[in-house]
Amino acid sequence: MFLKSTLCAATALTLITAGGAFADGHSATITIATVNNGDMIRMQGYTDGFTAETGIAVEWVTLEENVLRQRVTTDITTKGGAFDIMTIGMYETPIWGSNGWLVPLNDLSAEYDAADLLPAMAGGLSHEGTLYAAPFYGESSMVMYRTDLMEAAGLEMPDAPSWSFIAKAAREMTDRDNDINGVCLRGKAGWGEGGAFITAMSNSFGARWFDGDWNAQFDTREWSDTLNFFVNMMNDSGPAGYATNGFNENLSLFNQGKCGMWIDATVAASFVTGDDSTVADSVGFALAPDNGMGVRSNWLWAWALAIPAGTQQEAEAKQFIEWATGKGYIEQVAANEGWANVPPGARTSLYENANYQAVPFARMTLDSILSADPTNSTVDPSPYIGIQFAAIPEFAGIATEVSQEFSAAYAGQQSIEDALEKAQAITNDAMEAAGYR
Amino acid sequence: MARNVSTQRKIITTAAAWTIGLIIFFPIYWTILTSFKTEAQAINDPPLFFAFNWTLENYAIVQERSDYMKFLWNSVVIAGGSTIFGILIAIPAAWSMAFVPSVRTKDVLLWMLSTKMLPAVGVLYPISLVFVQFNLLDTRGGLMVVLMLINLPIIVWMLYSYFKEIPGEILEAARMDGATLKEEILYVLTPMAVPGIASTLLLNFILAWNEAFWTLNLTAANAAPLTAFIASYSSPEGLFFAKLSAASTMAIAPILILGWFSQKQLVRGLTFGAVK
Repeated sequence: MFLKSTLCAATALTLITAGGAFADGHSATITIATVNNGDMIRMQGYTDGFTAETGIAVEWVTLEENVLRQRVTTDITTKGGAFDIMTIGMYETPIWGSNGWLVPLNDLSAEYDAADLLPAMAGGLSHEGTLYAAPFYGESSMVMYRTDLMEAAGLEMPDAPSWSFIAKAAREMTDRDNDINGVCLRGKAGWGEGGAFITAMSNSFGARWFDGDWNAQFDTREWSDTLNFFVNMMNDSGPAGYATNGFNENLSLFNQGKCGMWIDATVAASFVTGDDSTVADSVGFALAPDNGMGVRSNWLWAWALAIPAGTQQEAEAKQFIEWATGKGYIEQVAANEGWANVPPGARTSLYENANYQAVPFARMTLDSILSADPTNSTVDPSPYIGIQFAAIPEFAGIATEVSQEFSAAYAGQQSIEDALEKAQAITNDAMEAAGYR
Repeated sequence: MARNVSTQRKIITTAAAWTIGLIIFFPIYWTILTSFKTEAQAINDPPLFFAFNWTLENYAIVQERSDYMKFLWNSVVIAGGSTIFGILIAIPAAWSMAFVPSVRTKDVLLWMLSTKMLPAVGVLYPISLVFVQFNLLDTRGGLMVVLMLINLPIIVWMLYSYFKEIPGEILEAARMDGATLKEEILYVLTPMAVPGIASTLLLNFILAWNEAFWTLNLTAANAAPLTAFIASYSSPEGLFFAKLSAASTMAIAPILILGWFSQKQLVRGLTFGAVK
């Protein structure tokens, strides 16, 4: 009897709760899917001000970058409608915009001043001249180096170094006895991790992913040169196990004083000069290296806010985007938390601001962003847009597999030749299956 | 002599069990320990075991940033609901397979289990489309149904194993006394299988609690359970290890406590029928 009563009660409770749950829905609230990083979390803290100002409540769904990508991609392709605003990057925006999945943002108010958006950012977040996502913050990549170690090595970092200088400096700065690695770079598998770094680096070596007929180019000397240079330099001067190091691992090493140089996202500049860094007082910045071929190895990326087509709250979503990516938000953060903590890389006016110019990494961040051109990223012409990616839907899947092969080569599990051969086959097979070839 | 050998074996077995137990427990221990460090201490090389300044700062930040109780309630409702729905369907199914088997019963059981081998991502789009069609996205009810379905094979298998241990003659006797099918299952079979049903409930509650693919892909702001709570503190660009550890500790705490108090039933459920 007891068991029956218990089961009946539990079932009733479940049905009542489930019934309520089935009835869940949105009211006058906008739901925003976003990534977990310092700038986005800071923005969430200021949302109450937006709600007080406009009466629009905001629900946040914060997810890890890769989980977020999968989640919002599923939602937008199935017209799920779970989100009113999505945080997406430069890779997704032009593709989704061209598919008609995003609301155009060309009608933002005059007060918003869309012309103030950095041209590189606005261009990367547009399709055929229409802006589909507003940049919340933007980044390129640059060299962050230890000024004390560089001085001790008797070298001086130029503003625009070459790869040969970086390799030489890395050798000189390496001190295995004291656990100091000359250079720390991403080797971790994943198109947004090690894949992004090696692709940007390969551009400066004259390599490209595809020729004009979408044939893979991993069988070229340029790709072989890129990987051989990278592996030799990392074996000479990189940390042990670099094949599994991504942004966070290298940040951790650098902040503990275990890297002479680190080439990575410009947003890292505020971390290596922040409270958690043990070397904050001796960090210098330089442009990402080149190889004398006219193209640097820096990338371009932005986390931006976009509105999925079909949302019921388009006007409210636009209001939020204007607030979050507008000049007022930057001023609000600067007033409360200092200029070093404002979201960087999105607006020209920020870099014209005298207060921001005093931030040590401001000029090099801007120079890095300005020197990145997604429409002309390779030495030889290529059919795609993008620097550390090719803006085609198939790229993420292909590049993830290719970067896994590269990481296996970094770890010594296969030769560079084998990795390139497999990358060539993977890419050509996928492009053929997708109808490009 | 025989006694000595037995003692030796006991010592070896005990030592091996403790070693394996500690290895399995170490990631949980490390997560809990990291949750009391600062972000800088969390990534320190060499790792810090005890000599660090213990802090509750991460718990305070997590509490401030996230509505833990909302995530917890969603987890309880989704895991509990899917388990109860599953049991209600599995009891009659297991009864028929255990006491009225057909020539295809074993095939059906194996087929049910084989569905567990299907990679979840393979049916992400079909299930998402069904959810969109029936307005089930980001609802606890929708997730209950999905989690019930993916755990149903295990529930049926476990109950089938328990029911097979119960002599069919007892049910026959009940029938002879005029019990209907419903009465036979409710008043005769179920009370005898209470320990088995309890351990099945527990195990499936834990499986549903830990499920992280569907709970992340089919929820947004309303029905997100603790798996989404944890995912919100993971980041490939920025140091969040200590906060992530605090969030993980808060997410696993309820299920650890439940597991601690019900470990006897749980072990019985997991090992039932293993040694005959």
